[in-house]
Amino acid sequence: MNWQLVPQFATTGLLAGGPIALTALGLVLIFKSSYIFNFAHGQLLLMGTLFTWWFAVEQGFPLGVSIGLALVLSAALGLLIERVALRPMTGQPLLAIILMTLALSQVLQGLALLLFGGTQRNFPQMFSAAHPYRIVTPLVYNGRPIILILKQNLVWSFVIALLGVIAIGAFFRFTHTGLAMRATSEDHELAQSVGLRIHRIFGISWALAGMVATTAGILMATSSGLDLSLSVVVLAAFPAVLLGGLESIPGTIVGGLIIGLSQGLVSASKVQLIRNSAEIMPYVVLMIVLLIRPEGLFGQKRIERI
Amino acid sequence: MAVLRPAGEFDESYAYDMATIRQPWQWVLLFAFLAALYLLPFYASQSVVALVNRIGMTIIAVQGLNLLTGYTGQISLGQAAFMTTGGYISALLVNNLGWSFFLALPAAALGAGLVGLLFGLPSLRVKGFYLVMATLAAQFIIPWFTRNAFPEVLNGAQGLNVQVPVLFGIPFNTPQRYLYITLTVLIISTVVAHNVARSRLGRAFVAIRDHDLAAELLGVNPFKYKLQAFFLAAVYAGASGSLFAHNLRHLNSETFGLTDSVFLLGMLIVGGLGTSLGPILGAIVIELLIEGATLFGPFFISLFPSTAAGAVQALRPLFFGTALMLFLIFEPRGLAHRWQLIKAAWRLRPFAR
Repeated sequence: MNWQLVPQFATTGLLAGGPIALTALGLVLIFKSSYIFNFAHGQLLLMGTLFTWWFAVEQGFPLGVSIGLALVLSAALGLLIERVALRPMTGQPLLAIILMTLALSQVLQGLALLLFGGTQRNFPQMFSAAHPYRIVTPLVYNGRPIILILKQNLVWSFVIALLGVIAIGAFFRFTHTGLAMRATSEDHELAQSVGLRIHRIFGISWALAGMVATTAGILMATSSGLDLSLSVVVLAAFPAVLLGGLESIPGTIVGGLIIGLSQGLVSASKVQLIRNSAEIMPYVVLMIVLLIRPEGLFGQKRIERI
Repeated sequence: MAVLRPAGEFDESYAYDMATIRQPWQWVLLFAFLAALYLLPFYASQSVVALVNRIGMTIIAVQGLNLLTGYTGQISLGQAAFMTTGGYISALLVNNLGWSFFLALPAAALGAGLVGLLFGLPSLRVKGFYLVMATLAAQFIIPWFTRNAFPEVLNGAQGLNVQVPVLFGIPFNTPQRYLYITLTVLIISTVVAHNVARSRLGRAFVAIRDHDLAAELLGVNPFKYKLQAFFLAAVYAGASGSLFAHNLRHLNSETFGLTDSVFLLGMLIVGGLGTSLGPILGAIVIELLIEGATLFGPFFISLFPSTAAGAVQALRPLFFGTALMLFLIFEPRGLAHRWQLIKAAWRLRPFAR
């Protein structure tokens, strides 16, 4: 371990966990209401971000307006996906539903390439890249104080992501629709028997997931630029979802932060092989979770017996 | 599915009841078909032969996945990772230890099988969607390993140059010659897969798929058979990966990726889960679809003049995804099921539609 760098990498990792948590939230939203694990979430995120880029750069709208339009479009995309692709799959076996979302991911990836092309593009900067925050910590190592240097976009992405998760959590906790969605997630048939239209609730959760995905995508694109590989970052959020528990909104924060932290800590190692393992760290964590506590930290112990 | 015999045909002995190929004319047709395949290089162009090669090698991987996902009901997104494993093992055995390809191929299959066993271990504890995640982990960890571990042997992200198989001094360096290897391995793998599926092992697989608790009460040990299914699936993937590696003559961590795992699952759905015919039909249809996307791509692209360069590549996932979605909605039991329906309709012809 390179102890001088550990606090820096740990903090950076934790902050990078924010957008991961927001991505995980999109997956949890859909799973909570319809028990569908959405393997096309990465492409949903990519599409939303490409919409934003198209409005802001190609059409020249102000960034705020573009984000608003992209949120509307991605919500519509979510609704469309639910209606066209997932509604016919109601009651089908797990394999068919998983494959449907995988097929969707292929279609959306192809569409993104067809409509927007595969080039690397610059995403409009929302936060100044020139003036990172410098925080002098009271920690001292080898006689030198440890200073954290944090990029503005990293910090603000983290804050926005956490606010997003909290907002969705509050929506579930305090609104009438949120209550209906929680009821649906308990039991589809019971919810239907008390008069909830569960297909409408599936639709709402897909629309919300589309908007959440777009937000996460924009946050990631501001720091790393935008190309079609953006959809791959979601693969780091799958383990975060399992770690936090499939149905738990607070779990996404904890899961995202732990995944980010593990990636950050590994990057502080002096051994190159361990440093390089940052990209698969989420999946190493995932294997540990699956073997020790498959329902995750905050999930319901509904996992079927084998 | 009820077995529907043609009128006037009776099962007069156990052997006849069990036979896959029941009539002399079916043997004639089979051998005529195989002869047509083996003689393909004499009347088909090189690109057609190369396509048949690719389809054949893909079928082997799908057959393995069929044993695991179709019969045992364990969904796997890691098949391509086991192809990578098989490819690397066989390439290293041939390049570094000087083995013959024809020994390295079974060794690679076996080695991939053992790795598959390792990643099948979570199936003892979790199932369904959680298992998908565990196999997804294999899909990330194995390519990462080939990129980063033992750089002096595995050559990092660059990957390996793989030698051409040589038998009795004849190098199998053209698609025409390689076809003989592919077809022979494919015939063996088809016979084995078909017979595994209808033996005690296959019945145990199906029992676990249909109801694992009931299977366990009947004395079928689910752990044992799930691990065997994982092993078999990875053996098939290893053989397929080894064939691909020596055909492409180059192998790196991205030769087989997550997308390929998704494609293999998609082929299985399109062909039909849990049938011997399914992997063959599915692989043929999807590979032809992809080939069509490559051939007619420029034409389709010209219909959308505003698209950027390189958009031809978009058609591959687009066509595949659309086909898979349509099959999932309208024909979830796949082409093999449709073929059964056609045969049944033919046999019942004047009486039923």
